[in-house]
Amino acid sequence: MDLTFATISEIADAVKTKKISAKEVTAHFQKRIDSLDGKLNSFTSKNENAVKEADMLDARIAKGEDVGVLAGVPFGIKEMFCTKGQRTTAGSKILENFVPPYDATAVARLKNAGVIVLGKLNQDEFAMGSSNETSFHGPVRNPWDLERVPGGSSGGSAAAQAARLVAGTLGTDTGGSIRQPASFCGIVGVKPTYGRVSRYGIIAYASSLDQAGPMVSTVKDAALTLEVISGFDAQDGTTSQKKVPQWSQNLSTNMKGLKVGLVKEYMSAAGLDSDVQKTVENAVAELKKMGAEIVEVSVPLTEYAVPVYYLVAASEASSNLSRYDGVKYGFRAEFKNLSAVDLAEFYSQTRGQGFGAEVKRRIMLGTYCLSSGYYDAYYTKAGQVRRLIMEEYLSAFKQCDVILSPVTTAPAFKIGERISDPLAMYLNDIFTTSTNLAGLPGMSVPFGMSKGGLPIGVQLTAAHFEEQKMLNVAFALEGVSSVKGKNPHVI
Amino acid sequence: MIDKKTIEHIAKLARLHVTEAEAQEYSVQLDKALGHFEKISKVNTAGIEPMITPTEIETYWREDVVKQEFTSEEMTSNAPAKSGNLFQVPPVV
Repeated sequence: MDLTFATISEIADAVKTKKISAKEVTAHFQKRIDSLDGKLNSFTSKNENAVKEADMLDARIAKGEDVGVLAGVPFGIKEMFCTKGQRTTAGSKILENFVPPYDATAVARLKNAGVIVLGKLNQDEFAMGSSNETSFHGPVRNPWDLERVPGGSSGGSAAAQAARLVAGTLGTDTGGSIRQPASFCGIVGVKPTYGRVSRYGIIAYASSLDQAGPMVSTVKDAALTLEVISGFDAQDGTTSQKKVPQWSQNLSTNMKGLKVGLVKEYMSAAGLDSDVQKTVENAVAELKKMGAEIVEVSVPLTEYAVPVYYLVAASEASSNLSRYDGVKYGFRAEFKNLSAVDLAEFYSQTRGQGFGAEVKRRIMLGTYCLSSGYYDAYYTKAGQVRRLIMEEYLSAFKQCDVILSPVTTAPAFKIGERISDPLAMYLNDIFTTSTNLAGLPGMSVPFGMSKGGLPIGVQLTAAHFEEQKMLNVAFALEGVSSVKGKNPHVI
Repeated sequence: MIDKKTIEHIAKLARLHVTEAEAQEYSVQLDKALGHFEKISKVNTAGIEPMITPTEIETYWREDVVKQEFTSEEMTSNAPAKSGNLFQVPPVV
């Protein structure tokens, strides 16, 4: 087995059957991180206890214990997830030294299934960004082209996975933060239905939109990881009590009779790159060959998705981020004489110095939307349009099983190319935000290559809790993907 | 129009110190973004209930029991300044 390219299930099987020890697997990937991450900047901190933890796992296996379905699989975890005893910064100076006393539920579930966490992964500050350029830890580079962004906000997860510095990663997705970097880096990224994965211990950005999910190399690995992290959690009242299906056991490439929807408004979107368009067309052709039926659906309100998304997300963020006050944890501005400081000034200086530019911009935007006189025109109105957008999607899913679309208008762009124009960066999220607004499951699966040699993903979306349908289509497309067998040059 | 005065008012509400340069920059950027976002006013939403969360939340019961999962040392371990197990802050009264 070539460990570098082994799938999650191959590693777990080999560790469980003692063909290889968890310690050897850990050492292999640690070595890769040490030799390659200097080029990528995907890791923000490493777990110094990883080898010890792998040793303990091996000892349990030697005693005949069942250590879980992800036995000895090395993972990297996005900085948004709290990890007990391991620094968790959300990519922000304001949490520079924050060491959580507990694990996020998704992380705890991975660990209970035998995962060895190798470290934390870089991201845009508080997950606000689509390029990983807003991180306090500096930008991450795309392993396919070091001059380009890996996407964001889960840019570290995507880059580390694409370069095989780990066997699996976790990301979070509020408006496309799993799917867009997955597409830019040629990996599989899944944002499940809102409520599938507990948000407990995930640093909050926009609570009604945030979901966690796997960013891995294969569709089967994604299904398997999602099974482990999904399910009701009493610590998050928005988690669903629905039973978690065995997606990985039920993957099927049989597309006969399956209805694949194409959103009319998406394919005529302004600025759609020809390579991206061709990739979607090729996916359509392949699915037709496999017996799927292609139907056109319409989501006329799609042009309002980005405005609604930014109004809702910024409003929720301005409220969520009010907790960073320099009192209980995190950065505090320096004051010569604390007892002489006005409290409002104390908060204001701490937050002004602790947050980066994009985060401040969104706090300002959200505070404005929620302020007296503007609340109804922005926040309430956005909530109303949001409901209408969801209803349009639900009626589209009466005509089809899954929706196939681009993930982004173009492949990975250059570092620095868009950072100076926030609105242009926001408009980049046109295909991904409505999935979060409507709470639908969505994913990106690598399918095409650009003329310049960059991977391009296609997006699949399904109705609430219908992850299996979208995973199946992704599984079928994966088999005929042009990205198959191709690797980034940093590997 | 998001002028500098509006930015200063919003920054005060958000307890967020912004410099002169930032106020200038945000006023231009927010004005542009909101100018674009305002197009949602064109959508007819008469009688539509605003959506707060995307999926049905199923309520559940839990036992009303006291749990002590963390020690006070753990809960104050990240404090920027403390005295014993108390957070140190400026005078609030």
